[in-house]
Amino acid sequence: MSERPYDIVIGLEVHVQLKTRTKLFCRCSTQFGLSPNTSTCPVCIGMPGSLPVMNREAFGLALKTAVAINCHIPEFTKWDRKQYYYPDLPKGYQISQYDLPMSEKGWLEISDPKGEFEPKKVGITRAHLEEDAGKSLHDEVAGKADSRIDLNRTGTPLLEIVSEPDMRSPREAKAYLTELKLLLEYLDVSDCNMQEGSLRVDANVNLHIHNGEGQKIATPIVEIKNMNSFRAVERALAYEAQRQYEVYQETGRTIGQVPKQTRGWDDQAMVTRGQRHKEESSDYRYFPDPDLCPVITTAAEVEAVRNNLGELPAQLRVRLESTYGITPYDSDVIVSQGRPTVEYFVTLAEATADGKRASNWVQQEVLRVLNETGGAISDFPVKAAGLAVLVKAVIDGELDVSRAKEVFNDMVATGKSAAAIMQERGIEKVDSSALKALCAELLAASPRIVADVKAGKEQAVGAIVGQAKRKNPNVSPGEVRAICLELIQEM
Amino acid sequence: MSLLNHTATELLAKLESREVSSAELTAAYLKQIETLDPQVQAYLRVLPESALAKAKEIDARRAAGQPVGKLGGLPVAIKDVICTQGEVTTCASKMLETFVPPYNATVVEKLRAADAVLIGKTNMDEFAMGGSTENSAFQATKNPWNLECIPGGSSGGAAACLAASMAPLSVGTDTGGSIRQPAALCGVTGMKPTYGRVSRYGLVAFASSLDQIGPLAHTVEDAALLLAVLAGHDPLDSTSADVEVPDYRAALSQPLKGLKIGVIKEHFGEGLDNEIAAAVQAAVQEYEKLGATAKEISLPHSKYGIATYYIIAPCEASSNLARYDGVHYGYRTDEKAMLAELDAERAALVKAGQQQEADNLDTPLVRLYRQSRAEGFGPEVKRRIMLGTYALSAGYYDAYYLKALKVRRLIRQDYDHAFKEVDVILGPTTPTPAFKMGEKLNDPLAMYLEDLYTVTANLAGVGGISIPCGFTKSNLPIGLQIQAPAFAEAKCLQAAHLFQQATDWHNRRAKLQ
Ligand SMILES: [Zn+2]
Repeated sequence: MSERPYDIVIGLEVHVQLKTRTKLFCRCSTQFGLSPNTSTCPVCIGMPGSLPVMNREAFGLALKTAVAINCHIPEFTKWDRKQYYYPDLPKGYQISQYDLPMSEKGWLEISDPKGEFEPKKVGITRAHLEEDAGKSLHDEVAGKADSRIDLNRTGTPLLEIVSEPDMRSPREAKAYLTELKLLLEYLDVSDCNMQEGSLRVDANVNLHIHNGEGQKIATPIVEIKNMNSFRAVERALAYEAQRQYEVYQETGRTIGQVPKQTRGWDDQAMVTRGQRHKEESSDYRYFPDPDLCPVITTAAEVEAVRNNLGELPAQLRVRLESTYGITPYDSDVIVSQGRPTVEYFVTLAEATADGKRASNWVQQEVLRVLNETGGAISDFPVKAAGLAVLVKAVIDGELDVSRAKEVFNDMVATGKSAAAIMQERGIEKVDSSALKALCAELLAASPRIVADVKAGKEQAVGAIVGQAKRKNPNVSPGEVRAICLELIQEM
Repeated sequence: MSLLNHTATELLAKLESREVSSAELTAAYLKQIETLDPQVQAYLRVLPESALAKAKEIDARRAAGQPVGKLGGLPVAIKDVICTQGEVTTCASKMLETFVPPYNATVVEKLRAADAVLIGKTNMDEFAMGGSTENSAFQATKNPWNLECIPGGSSGGAAACLAASMAPLSVGTDTGGSIRQPAALCGVTGMKPTYGRVSRYGLVAFASSLDQIGPLAHTVEDAALLLAVLAGHDPLDSTSADVEVPDYRAALSQPLKGLKIGVIKEHFGEGLDNEIAAAVQAAVQEYEKLGATAKEISLPHSKYGIATYYIIAPCEASSNLARYDGVHYGYRTDEKAMLAELDAERAALVKAGQQQEADNLDTPLVRLYRQSRAEGFGPEVKRRIMLGTYALSAGYYDAYYLKALKVRRLIRQDYDHAFKEVDVILGPTTPTPAFKMGEKLNDPLAMYLEDLYTVTANLAGVGGISIPCGFTKSNLPIGLQIQAPAFAEAKCLQAAHLFQQATDWHNRRAKLQ
């Protein structure tokens, strides 16, 4: 597919802040935005003598996620200390998981509704739990080079999900992130807010350059940090691929000839920049944390978690397509909106027995209004059952789509039911004998049109449809047209 | 007989019968401290005001007929490695000279709830690393039996304050022998409970998988009294065991029939002082006279105990002590001077045309870490941090740390096998009696061998007690170690109590003017 002389090889590390009430090893609140250093205690600030106690809720959320991304859950997992010095790390080590993570060897399937790449399973190397560090706030105003540390975030549970280097384009990387985020939202395990840092992405990227002799040459792996949106990830990867290609052409350097480099993405300048490598970052001297007990998870517990996952995005898409006959594109749009929108759609589709029409109404009307107002579907004034009454009226020919949309807008604005608004607007189904009489009357007054139609210019009947609609706005244009053509034939 | 020569159990009876008040008793101990501690230097800090206030409060409650806790107003000394809220807790390190914990250790909470009177914080080797209390950054505690000798360590202050009758009860910690060895050298009773028996929450960690808090006292009965207060599951410590705590004092009154004693073959080899060997043999005979059966047993891997311990403990210590970096906790070097020095170094290098070297100089942050740690820690602590850091480094981990864990498992299995045959294991607590101050200060390896007979209990996680079983010709105490299976403290105390009922070594007190 690609015309490029190289393949891009991408692996992603995603840090997900789990939505627990309290931190991973103490009872401090994980609420975002509290004033600095107020959500701390002896444990999370590493006070001498304090000890960690694992938060079961955090482990439960991690387990749920790991099962949902098809990971194997070992029966035994333990905690390790990752040791390094940094001002936002009060104990001098981070409690993480090293050689026996709580889950490994999973996958996540990605596809592109627009068909830009073939659907594929991206391998997941491992997902492990660890505690977050604090935040360093550097205040270099007036050359004071003052640094302040906020330890509120210290100890917040993070799930680090490491993918295999299975993605071959920035677009695939974005699709992986989008699908993962959606899954996390369905699981209700994280707020997934990149701005607040509850979802963080680092990318590892290098190139496999085709040397023209059927061989591929790998360039040195670069880790990209500081990407604050999925779009930034896509752009940074595209930039980095091009940069690596240029560097390779210039230097000919291949993997192993230079140490792994870390580069930061500058979203303003749209470039990646080399970062000063951290002091002694290569040896974290991991060892098992003697303050914590290993965690045992039985196969029965894993099964119980699996059985309680609920329907996840991939399964939901398939069900919406097969049950309601909508396209993959439509199912993707609806499922991407989250579970409440899916439920809205399903209620509407069931009540109207018309999946395609329900899908159109949800996408073109409901989501349009929500986009404009920025509201949530749970607060939307028109409930699915109420909208179903209107859509059914359209199906039954009580009103046409354009009038129905007017009624819908009134429903949104006033919160009134479809029936009430149709009554206010005098919308009612025209009796078929009355409609026939109206058509006969209009045709009698327009011999020209009758003659034109008879002569084969069927579209001339459109003028009669217009006249009928002016006489009675409730008439169905389609019906008027059909009756007129029938009457003309009989003439 | 002076009030202070009584055991804690006897004093508790006097308090309960209101023969003496807690305030009077506390005042008597404070007076004794004032008189003798300038010589012994067992205490880093004495807490007269808060102790007397607490004593008076307990007395008032007792007078009003209100409930009073199990320790009923008895003074208790606490090793300065255990956090006391609002009171400086130094670990005998310059690093924590001004550290005031905002919280109490769980054992301190328990002591307070039991109406103990916290009389002072006792001296120790810095961060509990050492066997002589000479590694304290502040003072060297003397052995009350001979002021030229060391009291043992690291809980040297905790043992010496008892030997000099400056407290009736004291709380220490034991990572490789730090309760039992000073108890032996000071002629008192000291117990390291099973790992997990007593909460470590609020104990400033040295080696987390080995550290355990325990009681020091004049008698087994007193130790049982204190252990009953300290022991129990704590939700704040994941490694504390949810195992029921028996009534230790009640257990002592149970007759002990058919006791099977194992005498450790390996503990009577090279390096053991002759007088100690004889005293321990005599103790075994005493047990046989009391109806116990003794047999020789083997802990074949115990010879690897010291080597294993000196890998695992420093590894954990190197990590536990990382937080003392001058940024979050601990002593911070004079920043201004440090920055000026750094600038001067850079300027000199630039001037000499060594730009590369100038660029490679520490960042101010790294220099702050380096210099604060260099100035804040003593030599033994640095030695162990370096040992541990080295052993955990990439390329060495498998050969040292992982190997040590494997040997540790074998040592644990040795105990499992031994306890299939016997109820308790007997042997000397230390290879030598108290030695002269300074004697082993420059010979760390000789100092490490002090823990020869005690480290295996920590590695295996089992409990052990040291009780006095004799004196050398030069009148220095000798300790008998009794080890019991995990969570069998009651059995251990019963066996030790049996001996004390038949002997009077534990009743002797050092005579100081
Ligand atoms: Zn906390």
